[in-house]
Amino acid sequence: MPKAMLINEMKLELESRSINESFARATVAAFCSQLDPSLEELSDIKTAVSEAVTNAIVHGYAEKTGKVYITARIYADGMFEVAVKDKGCGIPDIAKAREPLFTTGGADRAGLGFAVMESFTDKLNVRSAVGKGTTVTMRKKITGKSGG
Amino acid sequence: MATELYTANNAVTVRLEGELDHHAAGPLRDRIDEAIMKARPDVLTLDFGNVSFMDSSAVGLVMGRFKLLSAMKGKLEVVGLSPTAYRMMELSGLKTLAKLEMKPRGN
Repeated sequence: MPKAMLINEMKLELESRSINESFARATVAAFCSQLDPSLEELSDIKTAVSEAVTNAIVHGYAEKTGKVYITARIYADGMFEVAVKDKGCGIPDIAKAREPLFTTGGADRAGLGFAVMESFTDKLNVRSAVGKGTTVTMRKKITGKSGG
Repeated sequence: MATELYTANNAVTVRLEGELDHHAAGPLRDRIDEAIMKARPDVLTLDFGNVSFMDSSAVGLVMGRFKLLSAMKGKLEVVGLSPTAYRMMELSGLKTLAKLEMKPRGN
């Protein structure tokens, strides 16, 4: 299916500090509000973005600090797309990383990041190269207050 | 994240408030664990009634406290979950391990 026309786009660049997690999800949600989403849709977007940004901080950059790049796009058909990119360590086995409850993050990480992103959006795409970084792209159709 | 924490009758209750993400979870975990180690409670109740946002970091926090508590034969109760929060807790399989209680819709 060809993509509908792109009608708006924003880019955000952040340091991989955990204090920026709330800023990132709030900013993406504010941009998404142009599509007049339902409260539930907005909360789904916030949650999915929070998972992706947390992954970039906790796993992508682990002990070091780097940049997290977020791009959000609005399409004419109501599709909302968010890409979260890091230039961190990359994921050696994406299929394994996407399994629910699998984590390399230690005792207090649930291992649910990808499972939540998957269940809270319509489509999740993960591209990664070891030593180069990871890009997570999520798409969700916003049907708005009437449809939500 | 503003959080009230109190101990009474061998029970520790934590009233969570605001946004519970990875950033908030670390300091919160330390405070809760300190209370658990001090009181060694029979029951720990985590009240999510005033949590306005949470992601899977909150699930990780609950799972970690469950493990700590189980080691000292305590029970875990999670109350006031929104439907979304409940769904996330379910994804982790916590439902079979701890008592999870959903907040009525519209609250």
